[in-house]
Amino acid sequence: MTYPEPLRESLARVEASRARRATQVHPRLSADERQALLKAFHPDYITHAFRELQVGPNKGDRTPRELAQVLEAPPILGSSALEGLSPDREVDVLIIGGGGAGASAALLAQESGASVLVATKLRFGDANTMMAQGGIQAADKANDSPALHYLDVVGGGGFANDPDLVEALVSDAPLVIAWLERLGAMFDKEPDGTLRTIHGGGTSRKRMHAARDYSGAEIMRTLRDEVRSRAGDTPGIAVWEFRPAVELLLDERGQVAGALLKDLDTQRLMMVRAKSVVVATGGSGRLHYQAFPTTNHYGATGDGLVLCYRVGAKLSFIDTMQYHPTGAAFPEQILGQLVTEKVRGLGAQVCNVDGEQFVYPLETRDVEAAAFIRECAEKKRGISTPTGQPSVWLDSPLIELLKGPGTVARELPAMMRQYRRFGIDMSQEPILVYPTLHYQNGGVAIQADGGTAIPGLYVAGEAAGGIHGRNRLMGNSLLDICVFGRRAGRAAGAWSHTARLGSPTLTHLTEWTKLRREAGLADWAASPMILPDYTRHETADEAQNPS
Amino acid sequence: MLQIHIMGQAYDVPEGLTILKALEWAGFRLTRGVGCRGGFCGACGTVYRLLGDYRLRYALACQTVVEPEMVLGQIPFFPAQRPSYRLESLQADEATLADTFPEILRCFGCNTCTKACPQEIDVLAYMAHAVRGDLPALADASFDCIMCGLCVARCPAELVPPNVALLGRRLYGRYVAPRAEHLRRRVEELEAGSFRQQLTELKSLSRENLKAQYEAREIEA
Repeated sequence: MTYPEPLRESLARVEASRARRATQVHPRLSADERQALLKAFHPDYITHAFRELQVGPNKGDRTPRELAQVLEAPPILGSSALEGLSPDREVDVLIIGGGGAGASAALLAQESGASVLVATKLRFGDANTMMAQGGIQAADKANDSPALHYLDVVGGGGFANDPDLVEALVSDAPLVIAWLERLGAMFDKEPDGTLRTIHGGGTSRKRMHAARDYSGAEIMRTLRDEVRSRAGDTPGIAVWEFRPAVELLLDERGQVAGALLKDLDTQRLMMVRAKSVVVATGGSGRLHYQAFPTTNHYGATGDGLVLCYRVGAKLSFIDTMQYHPTGAAFPEQILGQLVTEKVRGLGAQVCNVDGEQFVYPLETRDVEAAAFIRECAEKKRGISTPTGQPSVWLDSPLIELLKGPGTVARELPAMMRQYRRFGIDMSQEPILVYPTLHYQNGGVAIQADGGTAIPGLYVAGEAAGGIHGRNRLMGNSLLDICVFGRRAGRAAGAWSHTARLGSPTLTHLTEWTKLRREAGLADWAASPMILPDYTRHETADEAQNPS
Repeated sequence: MLQIHIMGQAYDVPEGLTILKALEWAGFRLTRGVGCRGGFCGACGTVYRLLGDYRLRYALACQTVVEPEMVLGQIPFFPAQRPSYRLESLQADEATLADTFPEILRCFGCNTCTKACPQEIDVLAYMAHAVRGDLPALADASFDCIMCGLCVARCPAELVPPNVALLGRRLYGRYVAPRAEHLRRRVEELEAGSFRQQLTELKSLSRENLKAQYEAREIEA
């Protein structure tokens, strides 16, 4: 497959302008221009896509309708579900979720002397961590500092971030890189050992570390292997796959006492008693907010938010989602899949139908995405694919012009491979992109040790909120899962050494059902969702929007 | 529409779908054999034939478009061997991999692994590096492995190349790759508390002052 005829004329304009553009830097937007652009074109500002929550700790707060739907849904289980059920496992620390945050938490909890069980929905490592391509930020160069990193994070987040969480993020960052290296992760380096770093959107220093464009995969497989290495230790780390959590358990004092899991193969309900629980269930892209396609893995259905919300944990920044500016727009088979920001970090520019730049390529993600939407929706300078999908060009061959032939293949092997599978050589031809649902900026409100208002309950990774404010910068998510995974694991381990294991109850479900009834909420589909349903439905309005 | 065969049954599905979406179109609600849906996790390794052709072909279900008369089989789980080891107790010498995975010496070079790789990695070449104990070459050649396990399922010598490569890369990353001096220095500074004061000051700034500092910061060229 090469580009079909209707796209070639525009493609030729991108090629014709390339040499001239190579020396041009499109001006950055001012603070006022950025705000105006966001308000007019970012999906977070489409009022009718949101509604106010009517029950729970965030009653009165606005959130996307799809998230409100699962947060306020009836539980899968009744409050009598524990009757006749005996514990299948007792551990010090239960970790729910087998992505980067869960794995980091497991390692640190175990190092504190706690016995650990990791329970995960799909396979260990089936997580957004695995799919993160671009890199991980850390201020470890001489011209950089945690303070500069701090400024970039809060500026990108709309100055709304929780300062303590940002301080933790930037202060731990170099320690995390060193920790990952000790565990054997391979970051891109110069022959003398200097870590190779580039810019990401909204960074003031080149502090993006990468492992080719398999950065998340490299971190995930390293952490996963280390967790597996500790299976036989005393105390050790056990891993249960295909056993997602469907409800948290509290004891009679309101302290966490474990969780109920559902075995996806046998459908059996399983009880785990634990002194502390780390929720590391990741994001919620598979809820397809505003019908956007998503970069997220199959299990990203926001289950952890649902479980924590029901036991009374407050959520923060749940009115803002991240739309990654460069989701694949063509071919249709990979619609919405991630085109890493590293492509722009290496020098690729963004062009409209005329082959001209219309935005600085490395604005923060919210601003960059809004600029793409404006170019297509308002200025009508986008490119329409054969399926009618709006898009803009990402001029990847410019990288070869700027940094030498072979750079794309060397720095972006996963991207090259993905497009080659569909007959496009992105080192020679530009690619078509459009914003795609990428990240849950908010989540469960945490303290700097991952703790919540519920004793014994910790949250880390994408399920946590406050670190990134209203918009996360590239490379701060792989960082955040390690920083707060480690912190939550350490704190959960420490808590488990002094906590007394209470008897598990589901009384919070009785309360929840009462609140729902009082608010007049109907009995729609129960949550957590666990997995989206992409099987074909007879009526169009039943269908979801797979990618 | 075109016809495909899923676990022996024929189904008509629209053209242009990936194998994964075709399975779902046909009515399969998947739990196993599906993961990231973006070509990075290796959960959806798929073996197939084209009806009437003896050759086995290999694909990731989420990255491959259906063709007429595909006879599809997924490998949702394969019992792959992983010896127990602790990275910090190993040394990165030429014999480490062969000591940890002694069976790799059974490789007889049939190249079935390479043919089965949906990432188009030269698996046989990296296994040869592993047998020789050439960690830098192994780490480089195997780096794009997504551990789907299709090579494991096909290897007549019963080897597990992805696990061998993973340990090889971890040994390389920890013991062989040159260390970053700037990182070592920064970790020391952090442990000495060098940046605490600066951060405390930033945290106490008003929103306006913080904004002003943000807008004024210099961007590295």
